[in-house]
Amino acid sequence: MDVNRREILKALMGGTVAAAVATTGMPVGTAAKPEKFEADPTALGLMYDATKCIGCRACMPACQNANGLTPDVGGSGGLYLQPDTLNAHTKNLIKLYVAEDGHERSFMKQQCMHCADPACVSGCPMEALHKEPNGVVGWTSHLCIGCRYCQVACPFNIPKFEWDKFNPKIVKCELCRHIVGTTESEPACTKVCPTHAVIYGKRGDLLAEAHRRIKAKPGFYFEDHVYGETEAGGTQCLVLSQVDYIHLGLPKLGNQSPAAQTRKVSDFVYRGFLTPVVVYGGIVAIVRNRWKEHLKHAEHGGGEDTHGEEKRA
Amino acid sequence: MLSEVISSTTEEKSATFRNGVDRRTFLKIVAQAAAAVGLTGSMAAKMVAAVEKGARPSVIWLHFQECTGCTESLLRTSHPGLAEVLFDLISLDYHETLMAAAGHQAEAALEAAIKKNAGNFILVVEGAVPTKENGIYMQIANKTGVDMLKHVAASAGAIVAIGSCASWGGVPSASPNPTGATGINQLLPDKVVVTLPGCPANPYIFLGTALQYVALGKLPELDELGRPKFAYGRTIHEHCPRRAHFDAGRFAEEFGDEGHRLGYCLYKLGCKGPMTHASCSVLHFCEVVDAWPIGLGHPCFGCTEQNVAFNLPMLKPAEIVRPTPPATYAPVTAPQGYISPIATGIGGLLVGGILGGGWMASKKIAKKEEPASPGVMRSKGDTTGASGKE
Repeated sequence: MDVNRREILKALMGGTVAAAVATTGMPVGTAAKPEKFEADPTALGLMYDATKCIGCRACMPACQNANGLTPDVGGSGGLYLQPDTLNAHTKNLIKLYVAEDGHERSFMKQQCMHCADPACVSGCPMEALHKEPNGVVGWTSHLCIGCRYCQVACPFNIPKFEWDKFNPKIVKCELCRHIVGTTESEPACTKVCPTHAVIYGKRGDLLAEAHRRIKAKPGFYFEDHVYGETEAGGTQCLVLSQVDYIHLGLPKLGNQSPAAQTRKVSDFVYRGFLTPVVVYGGIVAIVRNRWKEHLKHAEHGGGEDTHGEEKRA
Repeated sequence: MLSEVISSTTEEKSATFRNGVDRRTFLKIVAQAAAAVGLTGSMAAKMVAAVEKGARPSVIWLHFQECTGCTESLLRTSHPGLAEVLFDLISLDYHETLMAAAGHQAEAALEAAIKKNAGNFILVVEGAVPTKENGIYMQIANKTGVDMLKHVAASAGAIVAIGSCASWGGVPSASPNPTGATGINQLLPDKVVVTLPGCPANPYIFLGTALQYVALGKLPELDELGRPKFAYGRTIHEHCPRRAHFDAGRFAEEFGDEGHRLGYCLYKLGCKGPMTHASCSVLHFCEVVDAWPIGLGHPCFGCTEQNVAFNLPMLKPAEIVRPTPPATYAPVTAPQGYISPIATGIGGLLVGGILGGGWMASKKIAKKEEPASPGVMRSKGDTTGASGKE
């Protein structure tokens, strides 16, 4: 029992030191120069115009087939492709918003927004989630350790985890990067969209098109604003809608990416690998001290014990 | 019946193109044939050119184990009618149901046709071939079906299996298959066999394939089972006129009920549309509107599919391999796993209580042990020491 308590105390000590270092480090970290992040206009993305979407959902089975996903049949007994939210079998989902009075309606294509400065990439300790040179936020199977920090980090709640698998994957839209450029010229969803409600291209071009549409119909789109132009430091998947974006499940986010905010701390904490050295050095020092004390006690109490046992023998 | 057709055509307008059908009528026939099977206008022009050159392909039609339903349905097409097909577009040199000749005369005609057009004629096979006991379950002119097929196929330019029987065995191959009925592609492994499964096969698919062969000298694009992709590339379900009812979840629950009368989806009655690759839903039989099972209110039987027809129970609902979304939508605010703060609080209290209780209990135990060895730091070592002394 005494030994157990010792173990617990040891662990606690380490934790407190780490926490202390982290907390003292934080205020200093915020003083570091905030990095100004510019979204790359040549990065690839999509633009989804909810006012053009007719809700046919041709994109959903197309996405399933292109990505080899097992269909999520929901509670339909195998009849329908019926996911109620993004999940390990669904990378792309058309949802419907109906206002309480029933008058205001809009479809919403929920999928990875492909942030210019993604929080998931920033949060990923192994660089399994990464930015491709063309801007696509991709995931690499063999680097993933399954920590799911990306799930916590994502402001849009996009990455999903295969809880039911022995060797689970992180599932999220990767803009069909496994086929685009080789067998296909564009992602499956934009290819099948009958109304071109979702279009594929470079962020700069998409943004220009979005502004052209807003200019052509002033006051038509919500606050004449393109969601994703500034949100979270800019996303490569842009959304246009007539209804408040918050109703479409797109949160109100600042102009700075969450990754840039956390980077202030993490950059400081890991600068020159200083913090890990201090923290682990501290822990080692404490454990060493405790161990020395333990040995001292052992010489007094434990020595007698062995002596006694030898006597008995 | 055929003689009637022939006589009416020959008498009224001397059917063959060469014998005086005006060019206008002839072009119309070819355009109809091309349009019926979804070929383009330019293809029709090529067909015309081919036929004008006198390149009417010779067709030899063999019958094995079958009901002649495929021939019967071919006889009932009218765009183009069989007479036009026979006299203007193809040269049908051997067809046991339609030919006037019989006995030795018929066999002589077959041999003559094989010799004359060796390497060029189209062999059409209707019916499965019995293979058990060396194929003795069927003999024509003292030859078994297998021998006859191999003999004719050896010099054929193109081989077409019309109907499910010739394509993969069909009804005769249904369990327990006493005659060992087989599709012809299994008996001709080194030949390209165009299979046109269906019970019966839609005659237009045959006409489309044959006319394309005539016009371009090549077969249409085939899938891995030898089926032309233009006709068998998609499932019935994909183009079903009742599809909207499926998506909306409106089903006929039993034959004759309200939903059935209203023309609702027949899936729950065992419709095999989702598993069946065929063109019936867009190309009804013989120009009769809705002349196909689902059009008549019966679930699709899956007649073109070896794994479905005569294999799965007729009324058992089909398996849907690639489901598509229903007519309802997921709300933006999907009901996700959510734990109320109160529940979290209670849970926290419980866990805290257990931990605190454990802590207190451990202290009490430690106190109990202490009196046994007061004044000594390492109580455990001492207890063992004490017990050792006892």
